[in-house]
Amino acid sequence: MNDFPGAPDESSTSLGGGRLRVLAAMSGGVDSAVAAARAAEAGHEVTGVHLALSGNPQSFRTGARGCCTLEDARDARRAADVIGIPFYVWDLAERFREDVIDDFVAEYAAGRTPNPCLRCNEKIKFSALLDKAVALGFDAVCTGHYAQIVTAPDGARELHRAVDPAKDQSYVLGVLDAEQLAHAMFPLGDTPKELVRAEADRRGLAVAQKPDSHDICFIADGDTQGFLERRLGTRAGEIVDVDGTRLGEHSGAYGFTIGQRKGLRIGHPAPDGKPRYVLDISPVDNRVTVGPVEALDVAGLTAVRPRWCGPAPAGPGSYHAQLRAHGEPVPVTAELVDGELRVELAEAARGIAPGQAVVLYEGTRVVGSATIATTARTALSG
Amino acid sequence: MPYLDHAATTPMLPEAVRAMTAHFGSTGNASSLHTAGRRARRVIEESRETLAQALGARPSEVVFTGGGTESDNLAVKGLYWARRDVDPARVRILCSPVEHHAVLDAVEWLELHEGARIDWLPVDSYGRVHPESLRAALAADPSDVALVTVMWANNEVGTVQPIRELAAVAQEYGVPMHSDAVQAFGQLPLSFADSGLDALTVTGHKIGGPYGIGALVLARSATPVPLLHGGGQERDVRSGTLDVPAAAGFAAAAEIAVQRRPEYARATAALRDSLVAGVLAAVPDAVYNGDPGTTPGGRLAAGAHFSFPGCEGDALLMLLDARGIECSTGSACSAGSRSPAMCCWPWGWSPRWHGPRCASRWATPRPRPMSPHCSR
Repeated sequence: MNDFPGAPDESSTSLGGGRLRVLAAMSGGVDSAVAAARAAEAGHEVTGVHLALSGNPQSFRTGARGCCTLEDARDARRAADVIGIPFYVWDLAERFREDVIDDFVAEYAAGRTPNPCLRCNEKIKFSALLDKAVALGFDAVCTGHYAQIVTAPDGARELHRAVDPAKDQSYVLGVLDAEQLAHAMFPLGDTPKELVRAEADRRGLAVAQKPDSHDICFIADGDTQGFLERRLGTRAGEIVDVDGTRLGEHSGAYGFTIGQRKGLRIGHPAPDGKPRYVLDISPVDNRVTVGPVEALDVAGLTAVRPRWCGPAPAGPGSYHAQLRAHGEPVPVTAELVDGELRVELAEAARGIAPGQAVVLYEGTRVVGSATIATTARTALSG
Repeated sequence: MPYLDHAATTPMLPEAVRAMTAHFGSTGNASSLHTAGRRARRVIEESRETLAQALGARPSEVVFTGGGTESDNLAVKGLYWARRDVDPARVRILCSPVEHHAVLDAVEWLELHEGARIDWLPVDSYGRVHPESLRAALAADPSDVALVTVMWANNEVGTVQPIRELAAVAQEYGVPMHSDAVQAFGQLPLSFADSGLDALTVTGHKIGGPYGIGALVLARSATPVPLLHGGGQERDVRSGTLDVPAAAGFAAAAEIAVQRRPEYARATAALRDSLVAGVLAAVPDAVYNGDPGTTPGGRLAAGAHFSFPGCEGDALLMLLDARGIECSTGSACSAGSRSPAMCCWPWGWSPRWHGPRCASRWATPRPRPMSPHCSR
């Protein structure tokens, strides 16, 4: 039936089989366009929707950034025309501002490093959009995310990594619970990106060669620092070493991320001549602590707001944990204690920032996720 | 498939199609002096005369433009510049907040770039400007006012403005007044001569004519600064080669719109009323917005504007579209963009009011049988 390799089969995308009413979220990019086309070709009744997420959209995309310009909306509309599905633009800018942008700013203000893509998937695409879709009689929301949904022998819908490890986006979907997964469709999870582009080209979708979007869609110029400064203002504070010795000044602690090395603007080198890294951000006294790379080693962490892609695990378990987008999975043991996830790392890892998500995997299966709250350093702890 | 979005655009009348196609094959620039040019010019001038007659204006008052948006921009910006050039103190624009974006965005552009000050005229819960409000705004300082602009009838809820009374007040103070009559044309009797206006906007595609052509009816005393500079084809106020087939199609549609207007208004109002009754019976908590009929002639015959509490306009639009019913949540010009449609005003207006997005505009078609129950 299918002319295209990797078109969805019953096991990977169907929600109980048969013809479904599917709402395809179309960003204007190549992935969501091919995902919508595949869903339509699989026989589902597909309606395309572009989410207007910016209250004040720019006309054109600059480079590979952003996903909500008027040009993107037009690209999505043209893709829907080619696929032959109805298409609408829904304005979710207000929800996006409240749930994603304001949260992003508040997290930075609190000294954490948020991942807005997770928040968007949790609160917008698979909450605000999904709720509206279900209320309007749709069975599923389809997106161009690279992840797979596998129906287990017992009928449970499991979230798995995509086959293309370079494009796998299961990390940013780890916030979805069973109910959200029950209405999710990810037709691209079994296909490498190159083939998706080639397929877009064969299907006559003009977005085939459109660059992938990177970075944070609502910071069009890519200048996160500048964005935060406009929102939070400047607030001068100290940069100190682990002993509390003052090394320099900054204009706002929110501008730093744990593990950051560049842009510290400390005039003189460390006594040992080694580079210094951000170890700690304390919004209360507006202080940034820097130190040697070894001091970044984390042996364990606690994480809050756990979300499970299926039943919550009972008791401690061994998993692989991914601690940031595109991070390598590391072996851990994790246990839920009083609603808080406690994670012990088998080997110390670096660059773990509160605010990021810890996503637990069993093989390729996503077990669940939580937001990192505290980390236990090997060198600093005690 | 019920098409209920005649406020966005209308199907072209066969007479207009015929009038246009008759000229597509003819060569001739209406500004050329040779035979072909004169032939084209004749079509333009006959169309101008037909249009003038339909609008109660003199032919020399009809300036062809590229459509309603251009006419609005020419009137608002052109009159502002002209008045300010004579007296730099005249920078105040009195504008209703319920205008189409072609006026709203033009006056806001003048505020941002040309030193204009906008006085938003207060409106009542139906979106109507009262002459006393205009008088108060003018009396505050008549010497600094550049112009007044108030639409003849609103494009979303269909409220008709007391244009003659408003224009009389403006005239009293010697201030030029413009009115966007894009929605009113073909639905209400329009007489530019009787209106007291200095400028009036109309467009082709809302009356069964072609897209891409409109007119600004401009009193001979009014000399707006042009937006487009060039050959000065239209009274030196508007440049650009005249579109002969479009002018012919526009004129044909205008003639018919005026001829059939009384019958059209009657039949359309009846359709509209049955639609309203049907919707309110099916959805008892739906709110029918705009003038409910308390003012005779206070509302356009074609069009019903509802709010459905707890229901988002864009969701409703999609469901109705899927059932073959085509209506809108507001001006098509802002549909599908970020700014919510200006709609449903029973809760008061403020400039550039962003109301609840739960409204739906149904502009009824040229009379033909239609069951309001098809929306269920």
